[in-house]
Amino acid sequence: MLMKRRWTLYDPRLAWMLVAPVLLLLIFFLVLPIAVMAGYTFFTFVTAGVETSALTTANWHEFLTDSYYSGFLVKTLRVGAITALLCGVLGYFPAYFIWATTFRHKWLLLLLLIVPFWISFTIRTFSWINILGEQGVINVALLKLGIINEPLPMLYNEGAVILGMLHFLLPYMILNVYVSLESIDRTLISAARSMGCTSAQAFREVTLPLSLPGLAAGLLLCFVLAAGSYVTPQLLGSGRDALFGNLIYDTIMGELNWPMGATLSIVLFIVLGFFAAVYTRYMGMSQIVKGLGG
Amino acid sequence: MKLTTTKRLERLHDRYANGDLSRRTFLTLTAAAAASAGLSMPWMGRALAAVQEVRFDGWGGTVQDAIDKFAFQPYTTKTKIKVVQGTFGDEDEIITKIKTAKPGDYQVIHSSGVNYYIKYVNAGLTSEINEANIPNMANVLQPMIEPFRKLTPKLSAVPYDYGTTGIAYNTKVISPEEAKEKGAALLLDKKYAGKVGGYSDMTTRVWYAALATGQDPNNLKDMDAIWAKVRETRDLAKKFWSSGAELMDLLSKGEIVVTDAWSGRVAALQDQGHPIGYLDPAGSYAWMEDMLILKGSPMAECEELINFMLDPATSIAVAEGQSYPPSLDPNKVKLTEKIEKLPAFDKTGTMKSLTFADPTYWATNEDAWTKQWNRISKGA
Repeated sequence: MLMKRRWTLYDPRLAWMLVAPVLLLLIFFLVLPIAVMAGYTFFTFVTAGVETSALTTANWHEFLTDSYYSGFLVKTLRVGAITALLCGVLGYFPAYFIWATTFRHKWLLLLLLIVPFWISFTIRTFSWINILGEQGVINVALLKLGIINEPLPMLYNEGAVILGMLHFLLPYMILNVYVSLESIDRTLISAARSMGCTSAQAFREVTLPLSLPGLAAGLLLCFVLAAGSYVTPQLLGSGRDALFGNLIYDTIMGELNWPMGATLSIVLFIVLGFFAAVYTRYMGMSQIVKGLGG
Repeated sequence: MKLTTTKRLERLHDRYANGDLSRRTFLTLTAAAAASAGLSMPWMGRALAAVQEVRFDGWGGTVQDAIDKFAFQPYTTKTKIKVVQGTFGDEDEIITKIKTAKPGDYQVIHSSGVNYYIKYVNAGLTSEINEANIPNMANVLQPMIEPFRKLTPKLSAVPYDYGTTGIAYNTKVISPEEAKEKGAALLLDKKYAGKVGGYSDMTTRVWYAALATGQDPNNLKDMDAIWAKVRETRDLAKKFWSSGAELMDLLSKGEIVVTDAWSGRVAALQDQGHPIGYLDPAGSYAWMEDMLILKGSPMAECEELINFMLDPATSIAVAEGQSYPPSLDPNKVKLTEKIEKLPAFDKTGTMKSLTFADPTYWATNEDAWTKQWNRISKGA
């Protein structure tokens, strides 16, 4: 006698049903738009705002043969790497402090980390103009104190761009490192100390190695976000400090050349995706998910 | 003026008679038939009165504030039709948005004259205005309308204002005498290295390079020399601004002491008491702006709005508010003393004292030059 197949707890059909909404969202809002953009890279640019669906590899040929684009890509990766490294160096200490403190209201310190997110990102970026500008707080204070005679050129350069990105990305780094530190079994540190390690040695031999996954996750996150940044270089940098995101913006919005803009977008997607893939291969994505999830 | 149902039907019928079919065709025919038969259906009134707002996108800042205060708000009070507003910093940005939206999402654009008009025409985004519905067009300067009509005999836009991109300078640092003596060369003066600004726009950069190399901006012979001058300005510049608000911010905060600048924005800064001078050097870049109705827009309402905006009282109030001369012919409409004192104002009504970009010439070179400018602006 045929028995009607019943649902079981680990039934694959149930799993598919549960995952279906997310899959559909991913397909419609991630895979499909990327596929459309990828298709656009083979369209023919006619004139500003006009393109035809006649297929061509001209856009890819231009990207691969014109050193202007590769130069921009290298510069973007360099700025992204510098920003991520600075985030790592500057972010580790606050994360360590929050983890190690015996302050009763540790939640308050964590809350302070996310307070900047309550203010618009653009406004936070604009605020640096009033701090670094010729009539900004720093220059005015230094001039009034007689320390300088001429305002320091702190705005509209690469330093200002990196500073703006640090401001935006540091909380991501701190959270990732903090989550990683939180998962360390503190008895390991006590054990190291009881076996004769100094505090510094215990940190170097136990805490630091065990927190590296969080640090690496933070580095990847900061690098990807910095390299894909558009607003910060636009507001705090000069034309020379533009990054690949600005190049894409200008190509699509300024030249109204969608096929080339799509090509550049796909290039950035592939390059940043490559770094994420390498990270996933060796470290796994779970650390980033933990860091973002808190 | 509130449109009556009868008037609306007449206009819709006119549009149908002119072969200008729209999505309302069915409604027009049904309603016209019903009206002629003396019939009416309960849903008709609601459907005919469906357009309760018009979408407008402009440059924001002091310019749009003036349009809103002196044109849109009185228009809404009078007609109950709301004007929903959006802003853009760069017109290419709004063209991109329009391309990705469905017809009718964006309706009226405060566009940058004939140079941009070509882009809308090429992209198939233009409509056909029934000029009979905009009787105030009779007061608009013919020299401003003609370039548009050359591109499309049936207009999709109506000129609204004009101005120049001249030289703005900080009078605490640069004297009016020095500015007058050096003119456009101020942008290349090494004395002001690191304190120079400029509009991040290909046309403006190439135009001022043309003046610096002694070439006719509408017939450039030596592009290598042009790009060399563009690079020279870039190397002296602190920042190329990309919106009127950014221009005003950079000048008022003293970040830059000299830049090419939009006359109206400089006038606004002067009104606020900032020590900013302005001059139009010989061959200064003149431009006009228009109210462009996009394809798929509710034509009757958009035409009504533009007619209201062109009413002399409204147009003069807006012009005084935004500090740009109106497109009204001073030989037909008595303008105020304040307008006559605005930078770039042409009292003859011939526009011969102003040098506009030849739209066909610039359109031919636009793609290649924009690409080159984008590269140079990023250090290439």
